[in-house]
Amino acid sequence: MTKLSVNRKQYETSADPSTLLLWVLRDELGLTGTKFGCGIAQCGSCTVHVDGEARRSCVTPVSAVVGKEVTTIEGLSPDSSHPLQKAWIETDAPQCGYCQSGQIMAAAVLLKNKPQPTDADIDQAMTGIICRCGTYNRIRSAIKLAAKNGGK
Amino acid sequence: MTKQTDTDRRSFLKASIAAGGALVFGIGLPMRSKAAERFNLPVEPAVDFKPNAFIKIAKDGRVTVVVGQAEMGQGVLTSLPMIVADELEVEWANVSYESGPADKAFFNPAMGMQGTGGSSSVKGFFNPLRKASAQVREMLIAAAAASWNVSADVCRAENGKVINTVSGKSIVYGELLEAAAKIMPSDKPKLKDPKDFKYIGKPIKRLDSPAKVNGSAVYGIDVRVPGMLYATILRSPVIGGTVKTVDDTAAKAVKGVTHVVPLGYGVGVIADNFVNARKGRTALKVTWDDGPMAAVSSETIMRSFSDAADNKKGLQATKVGDIAAGKAAAAKSIDAVYWAPFLAHATMEPMNFTADVRADGAEVWGGVQAQMLVQGTVAKVAGVPVDKVKVNTTMLGGGFGRRFEMDYVVDATLLSKAAGKPVKVVWTREDDMQNDVYRPGTYNKMSAGIDGAGKPVFWHHRVVNDAIMARAGKAFGFILKDDQLDDSSYEGAHNLPYNFTNYQCDWVRVDTGVPVGFWRSVGSSHTGFSTECFLDELAATAGKDPLAYRLSLLEPGSRFAGVLKLAAEKAGWGTKLPAGSGRGIAVAESFGSYVAHVAEVTVGADGKVKVDRVVCAADCGQIVNPDTVTAQMESSVVYGLTAALYGEITIKDGRVVQKNFTDYKMLRMNEMPKFEMHILPSTEKHGGVGEPGTPPIAPAVVNAIFAATGKRVRSLPVKAADLARKA
Repeated sequence: MTKLSVNRKQYETSADPSTLLLWVLRDELGLTGTKFGCGIAQCGSCTVHVDGEARRSCVTPVSAVVGKEVTTIEGLSPDSSHPLQKAWIETDAPQCGYCQSGQIMAAAVLLKNKPQPTDADIDQAMTGIICRCGTYNRIRSAIKLAAKNGGK
Repeated sequence: MTKQTDTDRRSFLKASIAAGGALVFGIGLPMRSKAAERFNLPVEPAVDFKPNAFIKIAKDGRVTVVVGQAEMGQGVLTSLPMIVADELEVEWANVSYESGPADKAFFNPAMGMQGTGGSSSVKGFFNPLRKASAQVREMLIAAAAASWNVSADVCRAENGKVINTVSGKSIVYGELLEAAAKIMPSDKPKLKDPKDFKYIGKPIKRLDSPAKVNGSAVYGIDVRVPGMLYATILRSPVIGGTVKTVDDTAAKAVKGVTHVVPLGYGVGVIADNFVNARKGRTALKVTWDDGPMAAVSSETIMRSFSDAADNKKGLQATKVGDIAAGKAAAAKSIDAVYWAPFLAHATMEPMNFTADVRADGAEVWGGVQAQMLVQGTVAKVAGVPVDKVKVNTTMLGGGFGRRFEMDYVVDATLLSKAAGKPVKVVWTREDDMQNDVYRPGTYNKMSAGIDGAGKPVFWHHRVVNDAIMARAGKAFGFILKDDQLDDSSYEGAHNLPYNFTNYQCDWVRVDTGVPVGFWRSVGSSHTGFSTECFLDELAATAGKDPLAYRLSLLEPGSRFAGVLKLAAEKAGWGTKLPAGSGRGIAVAESFGSYVAHVAEVTVGADGKVKVDRVVCAADCGQIVNPDTVTAQMESSVVYGLTAALYGEITIKDGRVVQKNFTDYKMLRMNEMPKFEMHILPSTEKHGGVGEPGTPPIAPAVVNAIFAATGKRVRSLPVKAADLARKA
């Protein structure tokens, strides 16, 4: 059994330790907000936090997160009150919405490290996350709005 | 085993979208038969009745708008409720949506089927929804008037209440439901004066944003059904290949694998979870009958296209005047070949579908663009009656035309039938990329000439590609004959707005064997590129400014001229840019909307193109939500820009070469241009907004590259090597 801490809840999984975190989150824990997009860490839809850092859950084995705290979009805030979530709604950033969990999780790490990010900071932190609907400019605005509102 | 969490159950409940359960309008039988006739309502128990297929009003005044269209990012779960809320006179805060079932009540009048595509949702539903909502408003007013014993003429509706204008009294809708239910709806309800619209035409926040920022929105891939198994399918690496032999010994030995199901076109592996299903798939030993496509590669396709362009007559889509006469009169002529490659849709959510096939019926879940086709397909494949198939439409993680297809629906249906349990099939990204229905690769043989004054004297365009409808049409019973035009393959090339005296567009059909389908903006996705770039070449040949040249060939005051002028003015057309940068313009009409873009690009010494700025002007006729128009135009631009800069599907020995985002690249945050939107106010009828921004972006960029470098790109995607300055 592998012990996991996800969104501050404790779980035990019988999945092989090499199993990728994404599938344990989605198919075992039912935390389907984290998305499958490419399976090779190219699109970032599967981005979660592991001890506060952005990680691609589609290439991260569960063995690598033992003893660490995993946060998914469902655990970012209890009630969608994270400044980024509010800013995302305020700017109507999502279209199809599929990539947005990954976008928000990546942005949350950015804001934690750089509360007032420059455009270059945003490019660096967000370029790994593909949005096929092309919502990049609204994502940029949302990040700036959250930063302005003191988001961390 | 994992500990059960309440999330499991929650996800499942959310997936059962059609469950409803709110108090709904209770309505008597006379109304029911009337309304049923008028709206083609499904037969359902009287207790769950509602005034029409689209509207439910609860006792607490909350209004649920049932949307039969699929939400794939285009904002339909907001725009259609806006129409209802306005005409029904309810507060926006009390409005929510529900996805409707597969049912003819949700026929999209602009499509002739229940379908989401062709940028047609508002076009199709604006009038029906207004009428349906006005009918319900009038029923509520009549019920209130009766209770006050006054004429309905002295009552009006506002913010979910009926107000007696004489006494000043008011009654909320929730208290009027039973009485209103007994009132016959009027055949000709009075519609609001558009000047009184509260929501229509205003930027209203999307209703689906909150669910899309906390992980709670349920996409097909998120559906969880009790007892569900997970599946993956190993498909023929060669297009159209079939299974010859299967050795499933090792696959069946993989822990968790429950079934291995040969499907002819592939082999399904079913397991207790997706990870184990994939392990089982890796362990399969399959030999294939490659079939005829093994001899086909991009080079052979290109040869067959160029042969057909030169030697095959094709069908005439447009003939005005006489090309030979025009050629004889030409002072200068130009010829060019333009190539637009095959393209994948690459929706962020790979194809997936969940089916629960039982002996007496089936229930299915997934993101689909045509629910009734899904219903019919599942019924046929499962061998159950159509009316015993329940289709649950989830959110779509992108559609772009891909989710009009039935292949992934068939997968899940076959596998659930074989397993006798609910099965969710998930495609990997590689499955999705290599088993798409592609935007047709299109070869364009073009020639045009001008007289001494630079005026065009002939324009001859031969469009060579596959016929989309030859395959896709079959799904809705359309058989394309060999001598029949398929305008989805050349639309935009045969109806140019320019004043061409001798104008011919031929369509030369070549059946390459590569499956082709509807890709955002369909035929216009490539004809916008070929025609607007070649026109730019003609302008350059004539020594004219590209904007002035276009305007000289357009009817003054036309919608084409309107958007061109607006985009040019806002972009500062004619002002100087730094060396290495250039500005290009292009315009196109598609789906009833007129869109012009001005693109500014910088081309590096290494030939790398950076698109700095896109200024978009659009005339979409009347619009419902300007913020959605802006978002969709920007989205269409990114989709088209990604294709212009990176998109290319190639074929080698019958196999699709590209596999994932490493070799089928997407535009990313750091490459995103500035985007400026200008909507031309219009009282014309509704045009589409989901697609019309795509056709003019590739030519605007390519024309800007020409302005920056003097080099003309005629083959997409743009290749830096062709633009690099020699050291």
